[in-house]
Amino acid sequence: MAEHSTFRLDGRPIPFAPGQTIMDAALAAGAYIPHLCHHPEFAPHGSCRVCVVCADGREVSACTAPAAKDMEVESQSESIRALRVSILQMLFVEGNHVCPACEKSGACQLQAVAYDCGMLEPHFTHFFPRRAVDASHPDVILDYNRCILCELCVRASRDQDGKRVFAISGRGIGSRLIVDSPTGRLGDSRFAITDKAAHVCPVGAILPRRGGYRVPIGERLYDRAPISRVGDVAANEEA
Amino acid sequence: MLNPSPSRIAAAVERSLARLGRDPSLVLQHLIALQQTFSFVPPAGIDRLVAALGVTRAQILAAIDFYAFLHLAPRGDYDILFSDNITDRMLGNGRLMTQLCQLLGMSPGSTRADGLVSVGLTSCTGMCDQAPAMLVNGLALTRLDDARIRRIAALVDTRVPLPHWPQAFFAVSNNVHRPGLLLSDLEPRDAGLAALRQQGPDAVLAEIERAGLRGRGGAGFTTALKWRFCREAAHPEKVVVCNADEGEPGTFKDRVLLTSYADLVFEGMTLCAGIIGAREGFLYLRGEYRYLLEHLEAVLQRRREQGLLGQGMADTGTDFDIRIHLGAGAYICGEESALIESLEGKRGVTRKRPPFPVTEGYLERPTVVNNVETFLAAARIAEHGGYWFRSEGTDRSAGSKILSVSGDCERPGIYEYPFGTSIARVLGDCGAQRTQAVQVSGAAGATLGVDEFQRVLAFEDLPTAGSFMVFDDSRDLMEMVRNFADFFVHESCGFCTPCRVGGKLLRDLVEKVAARKASRHDLDEMRRIADVMRRASHCGLGHTAPNHVLNTLDKFPQIYASRLASADHTPAFDLDAALAEARALTGRDDVGAHIAADVGC
Repeated sequence: MAEHSTFRLDGRPIPFAPGQTIMDAALAAGAYIPHLCHHPEFAPHGSCRVCVVCADGREVSACTAPAAKDMEVESQSESIRALRVSILQMLFVEGNHVCPACEKSGACQLQAVAYDCGMLEPHFTHFFPRRAVDASHPDVILDYNRCILCELCVRASRDQDGKRVFAISGRGIGSRLIVDSPTGRLGDSRFAITDKAAHVCPVGAILPRRGGYRVPIGERLYDRAPISRVGDVAANEEA
Repeated sequence: MLNPSPSRIAAAVERSLARLGRDPSLVLQHLIALQQTFSFVPPAGIDRLVAALGVTRAQILAAIDFYAFLHLAPRGDYDILFSDNITDRMLGNGRLMTQLCQLLGMSPGSTRADGLVSVGLTSCTGMCDQAPAMLVNGLALTRLDDARIRRIAALVDTRVPLPHWPQAFFAVSNNVHRPGLLLSDLEPRDAGLAALRQQGPDAVLAEIERAGLRGRGGAGFTTALKWRFCREAAHPEKVVVCNADEGEPGTFKDRVLLTSYADLVFEGMTLCAGIIGAREGFLYLRGEYRYLLEHLEAVLQRRREQGLLGQGMADTGTDFDIRIHLGAGAYICGEESALIESLEGKRGVTRKRPPFPVTEGYLERPTVVNNVETFLAAARIAEHGGYWFRSEGTDRSAGSKILSVSGDCERPGIYEYPFGTSIARVLGDCGAQRTQAVQVSGAAGATLGVDEFQRVLAFEDLPTAGSFMVFDDSRDLMEMVRNFADFFVHESCGFCTPCRVGGKLLRDLVEKVAARKASRHDLDEMRRIADVMRRASHCGLGHTAPNHVLNTLDKFPQIYASRLASADHTPAFDLDAALAEARALTGRDDVGAHIAADVGC
């Protein structure tokens, strides 16, 4: 086995192999860096920016930045934590995230990361966008109100399911998830509950039917343990 | 042009497929062709492209939704877009648009009920030296005034076809007021290519290295190094791309170079191809410059006939040819990786780096992307040698820089200076009086006050892509801030959270200040949001988008302070406005149905 180089994450030495990102190496070493759009099975994306760290004085996304020998990476500093909280607050005000009324509450990665980072309130002015719910599919509800544009479903459907069911349309603040079907509705697409894309949504945008409140609030994944210990929603769903 | 027949749509798609090809990367070019033919992309055209190219319907809809010049609903037969840079606004584009709309009996931002005409706004069209300007069906019109607007309204209402409009309306002047190292010697001789033939690629690359040429698009990466990295990349199929997506507000020098000196630009691209070993080249031309397309295609064709492009080009034993791809109204496509995505037919979203385009660019091939001016400079350096170029400029910024000067000055236009020239010198030469501020390098650049006019244009002091906008003391700089804040909301690609959401939060606060409803707390909030955008955004657009706010907060605090409402905190939530829906439902609009503005919540 080739000898590993190391970098330091908040002072702790983290071994890495050539080509690994800061995120890959940190997760492999059991060190948690908050993230939303990252998923180990898909190519690094770098869009949510929640995994921002300070690497040798430069702010980069840990999921896309290659690890380098003797690099000093700050993830838990007050400055980075505050930056992350602002980014999370931006995500909360952009969509309609009503945790107390959301079926995903307690098993939602956005909510769990916000708790982990110490976000106490959304701070910015809510946009309250008007977005429809697509209930056309027999097995899932597609609730655009909760979509955070992480593109995990886009990537899963394209790269693993080979279906290209999802895409991001538009630009800027008008960016939105769309479905590839003649009507634009999920029920008329090739999407199936068995698709990888049905099981990667970190929030409640792609919500399987007939499972609502099966696990009572208070006993859900992140009710029992913080995300820094138990990891992503997708990983736990598969486990 | 409502409801074109299925057979016309089918014929148009077939024509486009026959002309351009069936590669999925060409989908954007086909969509542009359909838009031009029908004034929108008809659903039947989408169906045919899905079948012919193997792209998904969602990918096509996503692209139409992304590019400002593509539409799912028909635009008017005359599709009129007023350029809306701050320099257009300063010359009264808003008043002219209102006037045109009144004459045509319609409201701005709409299509008239009879489908004849649409009127709206678009980002800077690169005509700031002859503003106000507009695009009609994608073609540039300049020097708008009351008389021209009246004439345009009459031409539209009497349905005069665009080719029969007065040619003077479409005249675009070069306005070169100060030629320097490059612009004083522009006869195409292809002497750089001769040097490549005689001395070989290594010698020419060495001259470009000796010249110290750095990219003219603003970032200033060393050109020779970029070409060397690309040449050394493993993949054998290299690509040369000329970035002619000149979208930075206030920049128009590439327009002039492409108009009059296209041979030199193509010569520079061919040199690059010879050095890195590329067979494939693209010129990515912003949609706003579509009026140059025919001219540029003609230059390319002539060069092919001269043996300077195509098989065995320039007797170097290599094949290289250049295709022109059009943009469709997206500032972000000036960023090299977004440009590459757009070349591949996708939405112009910036890629993560690494990998850099020199190792994995267009279709994952090693790709050099350089600015129009960079290629032109490279062609001249190959002819005259590196020392010739180095004879001007500073140690770290060799050579000259071509500036696009606009705004409050007597002689807007093109000025070329050695790097190291002061702001004051440029202001003097262009006839600027009582200047209060200069915006260097466009909306994403730096706002400078009077006490900074001795600073110099150079990578080590004020790096610039060439935009130079002048504001005299009659101007309210808040109008500039509002214009730029709007611009960045409109032009953010939307990929990353800080730029997508932060840009809108910032714009909303700028509008709150402008409406005199903000408090000091809001100014602190603007700094906080700007800080997140600068530190955490995915690409340069997000990093630089808040510069104008931060610069003016620091250097022109009075434009904010003079507008603050007295309170420390003014809520963003407007209680009275929130009752509008209830008033509409109950049919009430009396005093009792309103809440006075001074009632806090």
